[in-house]
Amino acid sequence: MLLPLAGSVFNMAFGKRLKRPFAGVIASLVVVASFALAVVAWLGLLGKPSGQRVYDFTLFNWISSGNLHLNVGAYLDPLSITMILFVTGISALIHVYSIGYMGHDERFSSFFVYLNLFVFAMLVLVLSDNFVFTFLGWEGVGATSYWLIAFWFERPTAAAAGKKAFIVNRIGDFGYLTAMFLLFTNLGSLSYGKVFGSVGQLSHTTVIAIAILFFVGAVGKSAQLPLFVWLVDAMEGPTPVSALIHAATMVTAGVYLMARVSPILHLTAGVGTLIAYVGVITAFVAAMAATSQTDIKKVLAYSTVSQLGYMFLGIGTGQYVAAIFLMVTHAFYKALLFLGAGSVIHGMHDEQNIKRMGALGKLMPATAVTFILAWLSIAGLPPFSGFWSKGDVLAGAYQSSVILWVIGALTAILTAYYMGREVYLVFFGQRRFDPTVKVHESPKVMLIPLYVLATLSVIGGALNLPISDKFRFLENWLTPVFGNALAQSTISSSARFALGAADGVFALIGIGFAWSLWVKSSSRPAVEPAFLAAGWGIDGFYDRVIARSSTRMSQFFTDVIEVKVVDGATMSVASLVGLLGKYVRKVQSGYIRNYALYISIGALVILGYFVTRAGA
Amino acid sequence: MTVPGSWYLVLSALLFSLGALGFFTRRNILIMFMSLELMLNAVNLTFVTFSRMLGDIGGQTLVFFVLVVAAAEVVVGLGIIMAIFRRRSSATADDLSIFRG
Repeated sequence: MLLPLAGSVFNMAFGKRLKRPFAGVIASLVVVASFALAVVAWLGLLGKPSGQRVYDFTLFNWISSGNLHLNVGAYLDPLSITMILFVTGISALIHVYSIGYMGHDERFSSFFVYLNLFVFAMLVLVLSDNFVFTFLGWEGVGATSYWLIAFWFERPTAAAAGKKAFIVNRIGDFGYLTAMFLLFTNLGSLSYGKVFGSVGQLSHTTVIAIAILFFVGAVGKSAQLPLFVWLVDAMEGPTPVSALIHAATMVTAGVYLMARVSPILHLTAGVGTLIAYVGVITAFVAAMAATSQTDIKKVLAYSTVSQLGYMFLGIGTGQYVAAIFLMVTHAFYKALLFLGAGSVIHGMHDEQNIKRMGALGKLMPATAVTFILAWLSIAGLPPFSGFWSKGDVLAGAYQSSVILWVIGALTAILTAYYMGREVYLVFFGQRRFDPTVKVHESPKVMLIPLYVLATLSVIGGALNLPISDKFRFLENWLTPVFGNALAQSTISSSARFALGAADGVFALIGIGFAWSLWVKSSSRPAVEPAFLAAGWGIDGFYDRVIARSSTRMSQFFTDVIEVKVVDGATMSVASLVGLLGKYVRKVQSGYIRNYALYISIGALVILGYFVTRAGA
Repeated sequence: MTVPGSWYLVLSALLFSLGALGFFTRRNILIMFMSLELMLNAVNLTFVTFSRMLGDIGGQTLVFFVLVVAAAEVVVGLGIIMAIFRRRSSATADDLSIFRG
């Protein structure tokens, strides 16, 4: 856990002096080392019987104040080790990729400082054994995300996007903090073990409040409705950052948090339904928005929001394993999509508009093939990983409510469609860019992570195959963590098979639509209305209603309240004292005898007072 | 014969008035300083007298403190006066009005 921190500190200190690739190599090595350690820990856990797979270290006492006792410790259970394995694994790949992608950047080493710091914060978040320490990691990933989005701060849009991400995340943090306060005042502890052991003592309303507040926190971090606007702007950051933070790892922190607090969610069915609906509506809304984007990365950004919506759908319907499964496979194929997009952008010399690409398949064969594999995976075509994980989530949704399933299925068609649109526009059709641009395939250091991720995207489904109970590795692995919070599957195997077949058909429908619409043409205004391209206008709505009105209020405060009231009050006090001083200063003549006179007069007055009082 | 306490009080009152008069009328800082000391010691005398008359040692104890503080004050005061002498070779108090507000 500490290794990335060490790498970050090392690069902070010496990074500037090292020759270009070395800072990146060191940063990558420490992350690879953490991955190796995670594998060792995983094997250790695997050796234990399934009920007792928990390592709980306490490193030292961190805060001890009144009833509050917080330890710095690590809590390793099947859930956190699953997170850690894919977080460190994908981070390592993206670190390697970044060596190539950021090769020309001036602040090469500081990029890796931030990247390592991010991995460290993420590990803190996942490994912590109490809510406060998790919150530290939670804020840590938020801060590093801010630095990395605004990494090219020379661009005003990047700086603004960083700020926006930070501010929108604050709203979510408010929910997390308040939930934490409520837990502490009611239970007197914030460590996971104690809290989950005693949640039964909470009153029903408190449980609902806590669950909703944690969900608010997760909504902010994982970019769900109505707080998803920051994630799309976050695409201003370098592409490896988008892949690592805004697709594979950080945004899934909200899902992880929800899975972590499953014992609390389990007590309130209503909140689960709320989460499921927020999730599925987000999935649908974001997928619609994704159909009209022209920026290669913004399509993927909306797609990420949409996929995160699916994960919340899984959480809300009690299908925690399905949600985690989707999270892992999504990390594989979405990281691959982003890195592929990065490869395209790199090869096209910073062109991001998919309308000005086309026919890149022949020029960048390796990127194209891996990208297409990721596309088929996210579209949910069997036997790719996305098919299995999305299938699990949708089956869970079907079991809990048909409405959820219908919206989810519509979103699945849209997903296949918008990704197909992107693939056809980028890699097929007519060449629509300036013929003088020399398109080149990316260097090996960028392609190798693509190959690894492509392999994982294709076979990732093997983690949890629904064929028979024996093949449900992930489910068997995670079930002890969730216990009875996990919804039992009541769907018969034939119905399950029908649902899976339906998923495959949906994917084909979406791909078919995309093919018929986009393989020949690059401009179809009818299916990409402006309000979808603007993300349903939600961002604009926030800008008009919240941002501008608060700007106006601040303006009012600076112009009127600050000048007239605050300044007025302080200035009048000051001038009053000055006026007084003007008269009083005359008393100080500088002549000793005057002072002596004053003293004697004073003494006489005091004497007179005592004499007359003694007389009275 | 024993001198009655009231005589001491009268003496100290006279000494104090003399000091006060000197302090107000003289212009030389050194003389003013001496007058100040005279006033202090007049008060000391009153303290001791009352201490004897009332049989309370507190008054005499206080005199010790006054003496100690007066000694310290003389050191500082004389130091300042010496410094003034060096600078302007006169010791007229009215010339020193640079601290006028």
